[in-house]
Amino acid sequence: MSARIGVITFPGSLDDSDAARAVIAGGAAAVRLWHADTDLQGVDAVVLPGGFSYGDYLRCGAIARFAPMMGEVIEAARDGLPVLGICNGFQILCESGLLPGALIRNNHLHFICRDQRVRIEAGDTAWTADFAAGQEIVIPVKNGEGGYVADARTLDMLQAEDRIVARYQGNPNGSLRDIAAITNESRTVVGIMPHPEHAIDPLTGPTADGLAFFTSIVTTLAARVGA
Amino acid sequence: MARIVVTVMLKPEILDPQGTAVRGALTRLGLGGVADVRQGKRFVIDLEGALDADREALLTKLAGELLANPVIEDYQLQVEA
Amino acid sequence: MSGIEATAITSPRKVDTVEQAATSPDVQQPWAELGLKADEYQRIRDILGRRPTSAELAMYSVMWSEHCSYKSSKVHLRQFGAKQPATDALLVGIGENAGVVDIGDGWAVTFKVESHNHPSFIEPYQGAATGVGGIVRDILAMGARPLAVMDSLRFGAPEHPDTPRIVGGVVAGVGGYGNCLGLPNIGGEAVFDACYQGNPLVNALCVGAMRHEDIHLAKASGVGNLVVPYGARTGGDGIGGVSVLASETFDATGPAKRPAVQVGDPFMEKLLIESTLQMFKEHLVEGIQDLGGAGLSCATSELASNGDGGMRIHLDRVPLRDATLSPEEILMSESQERMMAVVHPDNIERVMQICAHWDVTATVVGEVTDGSNLQVFWHDELVVDVPPRTVAHDGPVYERPYHRPAWLDARQADEPTPQRCPRPGTAAEMSEHILRLMSSANLCDREWLTSQYDRYVLGNTVAAMPHDSGVVRIDEATGRGVAISLDCNGRFGALDPYAGAQLALSEAYRNVAVSGATPLAVTDCLNFGSPEDPEVMWQFAEAVRGLADACLTLGTPVTGGNVSLYNQTAQTAIHPTPVVGVLGVIDDVRTRITMNGARVGDAVLLIGRTREEFAGGEWAHVIHGHLGGSAPAVDLPAEMALAAVVRGHSRLITSAHDLSDGGLAVALAELVLRNDYGVSASFADAEADAFTMLFSESVARAVVTVAAHDVDAVRAACELAGLPSALLGLIVAEQSLAIDTDAGRIHITREELAVGWSGALPAIMA
Repeated sequence: MSARIGVITFPGSLDDSDAARAVIAGGAAAVRLWHADTDLQGVDAVVLPGGFSYGDYLRCGAIARFAPMMGEVIEAARDGLPVLGICNGFQILCESGLLPGALIRNNHLHFICRDQRVRIEAGDTAWTADFAAGQEIVIPVKNGEGGYVADARTLDMLQAEDRIVARYQGNPNGSLRDIAAITNESRTVVGIMPHPEHAIDPLTGPTADGLAFFTSIVTTLAARVGA
Repeated sequence: MARIVVTVMLKPEILDPQGTAVRGALTRLGLGGVADVRQGKRFVIDLEGALDADREALLTKLAGELLANPVIEDYQLQVEA
Repeated sequence: MSGIEATAITSPRKVDTVEQAATSPDVQQPWAELGLKADEYQRIRDILGRRPTSAELAMYSVMWSEHCSYKSSKVHLRQFGAKQPATDALLVGIGENAGVVDIGDGWAVTFKVESHNHPSFIEPYQGAATGVGGIVRDILAMGARPLAVMDSLRFGAPEHPDTPRIVGGVVAGVGGYGNCLGLPNIGGEAVFDACYQGNPLVNALCVGAMRHEDIHLAKASGVGNLVVPYGARTGGDGIGGVSVLASETFDATGPAKRPAVQVGDPFMEKLLIESTLQMFKEHLVEGIQDLGGAGLSCATSELASNGDGGMRIHLDRVPLRDATLSPEEILMSESQERMMAVVHPDNIERVMQICAHWDVTATVVGEVTDGSNLQVFWHDELVVDVPPRTVAHDGPVYERPYHRPAWLDARQADEPTPQRCPRPGTAAEMSEHILRLMSSANLCDREWLTSQYDRYVLGNTVAAMPHDSGVVRIDEATGRGVAISLDCNGRFGALDPYAGAQLALSEAYRNVAVSGATPLAVTDCLNFGSPEDPEVMWQFAEAVRGLADACLTLGTPVTGGNVSLYNQTAQTAIHPTPVVGVLGVIDDVRTRITMNGARVGDAVLLIGRTREEFAGGEWAHVIHGHLGGSAPAVDLPAEMALAAVVRGHSRLITSAHDLSDGGLAVALAELVLRNDYGVSASFADAEADAFTMLFSESVARAVVTVAAHDVDAVRAACELAGLPSALLGLIVAEQSLAIDTDAGRIHITREELAVGWSGALPAIMA
């Protein structure tokens, strides 16, 4: 029985189909979920995809965070449901308080899309189990509001608790401490600004380095069952 | 009818690249001595009927949860009419 | 004295009804202010048998404008149909929202390029953004899921102080809208030339795909079928001159509130795309049209005209953003993100459900009738009663006078001879010229610009900028895909508009061919100056003639496109700029060829004939600021031969790059800059001198790399096809461009090339 991973579509989500494709390529079944519903359909994990939910109006992710389905996700995440928030998904996770900090406008004020070198710092989260700490990968980054900020205390805490999951090598947007991805205390919820779902096949992406995020969750879930 | 204006600004310690860009433009256009520019948002909310205590309390709560992101923004709420 | 009562906005508006028009024939109407000529106004009266109502006058004036009716260009554009090559691939030709081409396996692809030039000078961000929005809706209206966008941009002189304003706004607008819609930008061009200073060009292309059976057309038929506008509410966007019909001059509250600029909402368009595709999937739509130029006037009259009955519309049911709009203004509004569907009554409930699911406003405003006219009511008063064909399709046709410009002979005689434009004599001088070309505005790195566009969304982009053509996978199961290139060289057009159009087509065709795709069809965006200038009109006529003739020879029909006239400031027109888009099919995108992928030790071959052709080229422009001489000779059979050789040997070719702006020097420099290997070459066996080999811009040439043991096979194929080929040299590990010439050895490292090349565009924008 393969793992079932929900991919939530909000009005304005753009990379939801791409996330679903990556979930399937990683060995799980993709369950498409609609923002206005409240049934998580018993999925084993959830992906909040990239895009411009609600047009990024007000603030990125600010309105999506109040969606009925997000109410379910927040509750389930507090109970240990693994969640991966990609780009806009990361913004939604911060807006809903599942992750600390916030994402602000890129420091150079432009949208930037490029193949980004990223260093995986933590290979022991639910979504990075198949990486080795220190592993360097190349995956696309594409955002206008990708600058990660938090106060110094929070940043120190993230660092001390090894909750910085990935850092940029060559900061594309002004994120503090070059943070590209972080995780929560239980290491089940991960927010990542670059797009691993766009690097699962060298035919359509810079590398296949992103696939490991989607195989990692399958590894993690299998280990849970086995434990 | 009640009109409430909510002003939202980035907290002083948060980088405001848009404000910085505006400052540069003002300077280039001849305005000397621009010490700083911060860019924010102003929400003008027109409510039907009167603004009772319950509604005002809810609006204040929503101002701090929806209109502003308390991690990076401060807000001010002013009842105008 | 106007036939409309002047009333303040706060009191009930009196409308000009058909009944009133029939009984007040002598009322003065502002037809001249609305852009109509006296004979056109009379023709409207003849058609209707009475004076038009205010609303009818507004409809005719906008639908008969140059922008909507193509009145100055129609007589020439007919050649695209008259000279259409026979091809099985064309499923829908000119006349619909966009052309549709069969790419095999039951897949159809629709694509088109359109301009949004004038608004982009006024408000660069919104002008460009709404340009993208408009073309995407055209593709959607054909029944396709939009899959990718491209943009062809032209700006003024790089050093002019106003240029950064326009570049920054346009690029942010194209990116802002396309990115938010979730459409990858897979290529295009950005050109700087002083002639576009007051007239930037923003040509946006969209491509979409559907199964053959899902093609939708813009017609309303079936008596009783319902007319349903959906999407954004209607406001006063883009009304412009029509406001002369409104009562604003008597409005005491201030200046006119009718914005000339249209503001786009890409989020709304994303919802429009999803809801529309859902409706298509469930076969709920009988006919569909997008609302673009002339808004509701256009959509209703075109749907009715293409259908087989009449139409009745209740304008007061159209959802509004601004309750003060008059019926004329509602008809003319160019509010963005609106579509109009024709729906059978059995399906309307489901359509409404789908729209509600996506939070898209949808309203039934009328139905198809068994009459012959388009009738529009405003609160039970009939304000429009017209034969729709006369509005939408039987607009005026001008035969504008044209003649060859007197100055053209002198310009064509002014060749860039060695006397006129001294040439580099030593290897050092040639190296310096190569570096200057690579750091010039039109040849430098476009990363600053293209990195503002999302190229990855939807996960099917196989090649995007800076590759010669954008390649998108259509079918994940089989790998079938398309390759598209959008090109033009305005300087060639300025030297010879007939050749210039053919050269634009040649370049786009060649770009598609070197990716290994088979070119199938063409879309065009013809950007010219004022048609009232007989010399400009001649340039237009020649360009259309050239494009039509070349399409016939190449076997690639024009499937649709756009004309943008009046691109001039005072007496200075832009260069004739016929932007051409070519679409090709590739059976399996995994076999596509790019300019990457060679291996150290591969041979570097130059395929095609090199002649002494520098007129209009980058070397003459960058080094000497010279524009004169005869444009490079067009050679369509050679283009076809080159395409066939590349396609036939795609398995042997490890990388390919076509030659165009700047010739071989630029092509080789780009190979070095875009890879982690270098080129070591020699002109010892070349067919011309070093200068000519480096900077000539002869057509139908490409640089390809092949494994050493495959050289003979590829060269033999070239010979068989009648194409000369030259073994230039090898791919080497050292990242530099080294060429042995009889004037010495050229040796430029990648670092030396990169310095000026990567810094030029940021410097322009700083």
